[in-house]
Amino acid sequence: MTRTDERRAKRRRGEQAMVPEARFTSYYGMPVLNRPVWKALDIAGYLFLGGLAGGSSLLAAGAHATGRRALARAAKTGAFGAISLSLAALVHDLGRPARFLNMLRVAKPTSPMSVGSWLLACYGPLAGAAAATEATGRFPRLGALATAGAAVLGPAVTTYTAVLLSDTAVPSWHEGHREMPFLFAGSGAAAAAGLALICAPAPPARRMGVLGAAAELGAARVMKKRMGLASEPLEKGAAGRLMRASEILTATGAVLAALSGAAGSRAMPMTISMAMPRAMPMTISTAMPRAIATAAGAALLGGSAALRFGVFHAGVASAQDPVYTVVPQRERLEQGRGFSAAAHG
Amino acid sequence: MAETGERPRVGFFTDTSVCIGCKACEVACKEWNAIPEDGLVLTGMSYDNTQGLGADTWRHVAFIEQRKPVEAPVDVFEAAARADAGSELRWLMASDVCKHCTHAACLDVCPTGALFRTEFGTVVVQEDICNGCGYCIPACPYGVIDQRKGDGRAWKCTMCYDRLGVGMEPACAKACPTDSIQFGPLDELRERAASRVEDLHDAGVTEARLYGADPDDGVGGAGAFFLLLDEPEVYGLPPDPVATTRDLPSMWRRAAVAAAALAAGVAACFVRDGRAR
Ligand code: SF4
Ligand code: SF4
Repeated sequence: MTRTDERRAKRRRGEQAMVPEARFTSYYGMPVLNRPVWKALDIAGYLFLGGLAGGSSLLAAGAHATGRRALARAAKTGAFGAISLSLAALVHDLGRPARFLNMLRVAKPTSPMSVGSWLLACYGPLAGAAAATEATGRFPRLGALATAGAAVLGPAVTTYTAVLLSDTAVPSWHEGHREMPFLFAGSGAAAAAGLALICAPAPPARRMGVLGAAAELGAARVMKKRMGLASEPLEKGAAGRLMRASEILTATGAVLAALSGAAGSRAMPMTISMAMPRAMPMTISTAMPRAIATAAGAALLGGSAALRFGVFHAGVASAQDPVYTVVPQRERLEQGRGFSAAAHG
Repeated sequence: MAETGERPRVGFFTDTSVCIGCKACEVACKEWNAIPEDGLVLTGMSYDNTQGLGADTWRHVAFIEQRKPVEAPVDVFEAAARADAGSELRWLMASDVCKHCTHAACLDVCPTGALFRTEFGTVVVQEDICNGCGYCIPACPYGVIDQRKGDGRAWKCTMCYDRLGVGMEPACAKACPTDSIQFGPLDELRERAASRVEDLHDAGVTEARLYGADPDDGVGGAGAFFLLLDEPEVYGLPPDPVATTRDLPSMWRRAAVAAAALAAGVAACFVRDGRAR
């Protein structure tokens, strides 16, 4: 009796239709990899909040430099709040939270988590100082320095998490390693702009929302195309639903962000003004832009969060099904691109 | 480290062609290392109720039942083939273990330094330093290391670090009645394995092959390698494992470019109208 699990793996090449099926063998269908033990709420939440914080620090520095007080205050407070929460999530996820300080025992460039810990250890206090000086109005010079410092480290806080996920054997995380930093950069920008649109809508936040959303949507497409079979978990099940929700929310958020600007100022983006029915701007009252901005912000935040959870769950799903580990490796060997000797005895 | 000359790197050569599936290695490992019970379940997967490597399973004996004719009367097959000449069923048994990779992804990504390379060239977790971050688990391309429930830390085979320290061989190798598990200096084991494959080929077992013995593979060669009688994936092993840290420099570069693009993009959002009106 053949008890070895032989299944047919559907392969996909980007957007094309199914290509010939590959035979694939596994040990009773058991996964090759051990399931990541990270908790979704903690780690996907950590990815989202880190992006929100990093993007907010950039927005804060821009607002600070151009004298937009309300925007600066919202962004600085948002950055510090988000990074504090993300740190709490990270510590909560440790098997031994009491040993969090062991993270700073060594500095290891080969460990994205070590690099990230040091990054957070530097960025957190800067974001805190920026928020505190902004709130109290004291030590403005120190505040300006902290704001600038947080803006320098913020982008790294936003994109390093992509390396954190990609530097694993998990197929749907590793195969996205080329595009994921850009995906997370776009997603972080969209989230930060989203928070700002809710708290202190201003033209730069609107533009950042549109730009970030476009980057997020574009990078997600390119990434999925280049991932081969490992893109499948991003389209199936819970992860697939999250990814679709993210796409809809992010696109909606971008359109609403652009509309909120169009309704409130003369600086209406060309493309949006052409796309809109001519009578529409007239019907929007003066109170409307704020409501639209709030809706845009909520959609962008929701889209960014859904993306992180979607990517997280897709990775876990890809680790639990041996097809995503075995088939691409087998293909690599058969095409002579493998590392191991493919020779049969 | 020894002052006079390097200590030779040691390893395991697991010759699955002589494994009889007795699980003495599993038991000896648990006994010696005082590993907690790992679940008492009946899986229905042949004689394998252990299922795979994990925090509480550092040796795992796989049982594969195949409807494939036994091709050559060698070793244990000889008797089996004679006793049941018409049978098409064959059993493959293999004792899996941590590969103690030359380029160990678990060790690379460990942020605390809990995972380290010993003077024997093996990879070991220091349980007093591990903070349970769990990063090593998805990093391992073989699904070896795992988190112990209720403890939170990561655990795996130490190649009996304590025994090696006093010149003894690991418990599993000591307990194996057929010498399927062989312990020794890695160079010696590789030579012995190569000649064993040759012997098997000469005897007509053409499907015999080494797995993890090649220093140029994706993990730089395994410190624990195997002689298999079928494709690795049949045994639940990845056919072409890679330590993903080999791509890390390019990943950092891309993250840096993305970070710079993010900063430039946000700056561009402000230049349009300069200072607030
Ligand atoms: S097999 Fe896995 S746990 Fe063992 S050394 Fe290699 S990467 Fe680490
Ligand atoms: S769980 Fe422990 S051994 Fe594994 S990477 Fe984290 S600190 Fe290192």
